[in-house]
Amino acid sequence: MLLDLDIRKTLRSGKQAFELAVRLSTDSQRIVIIGPSGSGKSLTLKAIAGLLRPDAGHIRLDDQILFDAARGIDLPPQQRQLAYVFQDYALFPHLTVRQNIAFPLVGGWFNPRRRDRHAQADYWCEAFQLGHVADQYPDELSGGQKQRTALARALVTQPRALLLDEPFAALDRELRALMRRELKELQQRLQVPMVLITHDPEDAEVFGDHVLDLRDGRLG
Amino acid sequence: MNTEAWTALALSLKVAGCATLIDLVLGVAVGFLLARRRFPGRELLDTLLTLPMVMPPTVLGYYLLVLIGRHGWLGAWLHDSFGINLIFTWQGAVIAAAIVIFPLVFKPARAAFEAVDGQLEQAARVLGVSEAALFFRVTLPLAWRGILAGVLLGFARALGEFGATLMVAGSIPGRTQTLSIAVYEAVQAGQDDTANLLVLLTSVVCITVLLGAGRLAPGRLAGR
Repeated sequence: MLLDLDIRKTLRSGKQAFELAVRLSTDSQRIVIIGPSGSGKSLTLKAIAGLLRPDAGHIRLDDQILFDAARGIDLPPQQRQLAYVFQDYALFPHLTVRQNIAFPLVGGWFNPRRRDRHAQADYWCEAFQLGHVADQYPDELSGGQKQRTALARALVTQPRALLLDEPFAALDRELRALMRRELKELQQRLQVPMVLITHDPEDAEVFGDHVLDLRDGRLG
Repeated sequence: MNTEAWTALALSLKVAGCATLIDLVLGVAVGFLLARRRFPGRELLDTLLTLPMVMPPTVLGYYLLVLIGRHGWLGAWLHDSFGINLIFTWQGAVIAAAIVIFPLVFKPARAAFEAVDGQLEQAARVLGVSEAALFFRVTLPLAWRGILAGVLLGFARALGEFGATLMVAGSIPGRTQTLSIAVYEAVQAGQDDTANLLVLLTSVVCITVLLGAGRLAPGRLAGR
């Protein structure tokens, strides 16, 4: 994956202003952006996904321009073919595990029904050992199951890249080590490029082909 | 037994039902707009639409007469263009009730939409779901309970509407005389039996609706 990114964004709240200025260019399969909370790493990831519009600059993925302020290009998140795993997973609370995973597979104005079966959703359900909780709702799951569901929902879309926002922060120590291993194996097996943001240096050690240090909105 | 009472109940249910349906659509739209869009005058609009909650219904009724009466600017236009007259009709009563209960419907809808986690909508966007579809697949199912509680409360209030309805639609037995107006007329005429029956009917219907609303308000997640 070729990721070429040069963005600037000023965020104001009251009298405070936060300046984000991030520039990176890499062809690594595993990018880790590490920085303390408030350093702007979540904003960077959101900009790549199309959930935050930078004031200036560009974002390029392989040979496609996702954003270019000068040329007035800003692809909506729906057209970027990326997957985003949120820190607290953002599972749809009104849908079962199976419905959550099948969510991106159905078009139109209606959610997949509880009894519907989608081959791909079932495949990922089994691959993440979620078969026995497939008909349960997110608030009935353990932390590890929630994360697996979020990963399955992300991967079922066959994304061009996986964006992960502090994926292990909500897990306890032991589970964190286990899920790190799982995710690394998965990434190597699927060869799906990933951008992971974290404040935990251990994440960077395990995943980082290319580790970037973000402080106060700037890459050091 | 007392056919007038049942006619009044049927009319009340029809008027309250129509007013609630109109406010369901408008209230969800306005509630969503106020919760999600930033525009100048947003809070002023909220305040204006809340006014029916605190203004005397007779004042509202008077405003409506001025607006949709034969000489009102909307009423004159409706009459001249389509031959429609709303004063002293059950449709006029529907408009009066819809305005009186609007704050009861749009305010809970706004609160319900504001309570929906925006991150879930962002997740749906990245997963490729269009803005219109994510409203129906994520936002509305999660806000639905709050909206429905307000709608039921509005329906109960519409059943009891008196002042604005009387001003706009009058009290024509069988045509615009709703339950609450029939109670007033019965008491005025000294018909205590009729009044007792009407009061009992109104109370039973309102308690039933409120019990329904109470079951929806707290409790577990929406939309399952």
